Amino acid sequence: MPCLLIKNKRLVKTKKFKNPSYIGDPINALKIYNEKEVDELVLLDINASKSNSNINFELITDFAAECFMPLAYGGGVKTLSDFKKLYRLGIEKVIVNTLIFDDSEVIKAAVHNYGSQSVIVSIDVTKNKNGKYEIHSHSKRKNRKPIEDFIKHTLSLGIGEIMLTSIDREGTWRGYDLELLDYVNKLVDIPLIANGGCGNINDLKNVLYGTNIQAAAIGSMAVYQKKDTGVLIKFPKREQIIVNE
Amino acid sequence: MIVIVDYGLGNLLSIKNMLKRVSERNVIISSKSEVIKKATKIILPGVGAFDNGMKHLEKYALVDILNKKALIEKIPFLGICLGMQLMTKRSDEGDLPGLGWFDANTVKFDIDHSLKVPHMGWNNIKNKKNDNLFLKKNKKYRFYFVHSYHVKCNNYNDILYTTKYGYEFHSAIKKDNLIGMQFHPEKSLHFGMDIFKSFAKL
Repeated sequence: MPCLLIKNKRLVKTKKFKNPSYIGDPINALKIYNEKEVDELVLLDINASKSNSNINFELITDFAAECFMPLAYGGGVKTLSDFKKLYRLGIEKVIVNTLIFDDSEVIKAAVHNYGSQSVIVSIDVTKNKNGKYEIHSHSKRKNRKPIEDFIKHTLSLGIGEIMLTSIDREGTWRGYDLELLDYVNKLVDIPLIANGGCGNINDLKNVLYGTNIQAAAIGSMAVYQKKDTGVLIKFPKREQIIVNE
Repeated sequence: MIVIVDYGLGNLLSIKNMLKRVSERNVIISSKSEVIKKATKIILPGVGAFDNGMKHLEKYALVDILNKKALIEKIPFLGICLGMQLMTKRSDEGDLPGLGWFDANTVKFDIDHSLKVPHMGWNNIKNKKNDNLFLKKNKKYRFYFVHSYHVKCNNYNDILYTTKYGYEFHSAIKKDNLIGMQFHPEKSLHFGMDIFKSFAKL
């Protein structure tokens, strides 16, 4: 699935979640994905929680109306009424990150009201100098809990999926952090979405066939022609990824 | 003119836009019976609980006009998700009677705990009637589903497609001009576009 980042209504791409570069108009990009075999699309507003601004419902309304595939949205989701509004607009899954640090009871209530499969928690991880994994929040608040405890807490909320991003790999084209994916996958009994670092079809295959993780997100690969080159909205063909059905 | 019935449940714009994408421009989203009266085709979408759906149809005073269009004028009529379920006689999910156009009921998924309910995600269909009304030959179709209840036909002639989730359930139904689909064609890429394209031509 493509993972699209939005900042101030514009489609951007980051490297290690920094230095967003402008890609184009999100709705135009969406119209291209509509013609591809995209199983699901992820839309993340990287500004919404950071700047403490509100969810851009206007943009999401336009986006959902043009979206001919299931849509997951994350960014600035704070209250149960945010969840409600997003589902009403035609969002299939709501992604939360900062909220798990701020008010995880809201997540629990959303799971209760809308079902576990409608809620995804996004977990962003970096490796520190000692080689230990650390969890980051988009609101720049550091999590002090060890990763195992954090994931245990996340699972206790009853959510349906975890999107696991390696910040160190994000936007680098260096491939997914398979070690991290494997490590977290052993701690959870719900589906993981691998994110961060995908640079080519083999990287995708390494996740989809080399692990028992069944979903992977691509960022740079979906919006750039190649590394360090121009914008090209694209998505691999199903035959390129699927070995046998 | 295709009318997408707006009775306050769900996002209808993606249906309208997908119809536009397959070059059907004469589409109106409306909750008014004066507009629905003029329709030559109707789409009844909807998400949420069964009783809530029936209550909303009654609140907007749409039951009579929908009955007339579906059963007397017999125009092509497509129910999607809850819209399909409302065409049945009743649902395990509620107490109110449905529109009752199909000799069918809406029942809860009766599967073991290894499979989650709602059934959410992409799934295949089996073409029971070998009907090429909506589907292209030699194309393998898959559609996007989100539902906890499914339709169960008493008359097996009404079954258009089935889908396996724990067991085979009736994922699309058809009787004369009336069609019901449990999955969301409007969220199913070109697979769904094929459906709307064919529906627009009916």
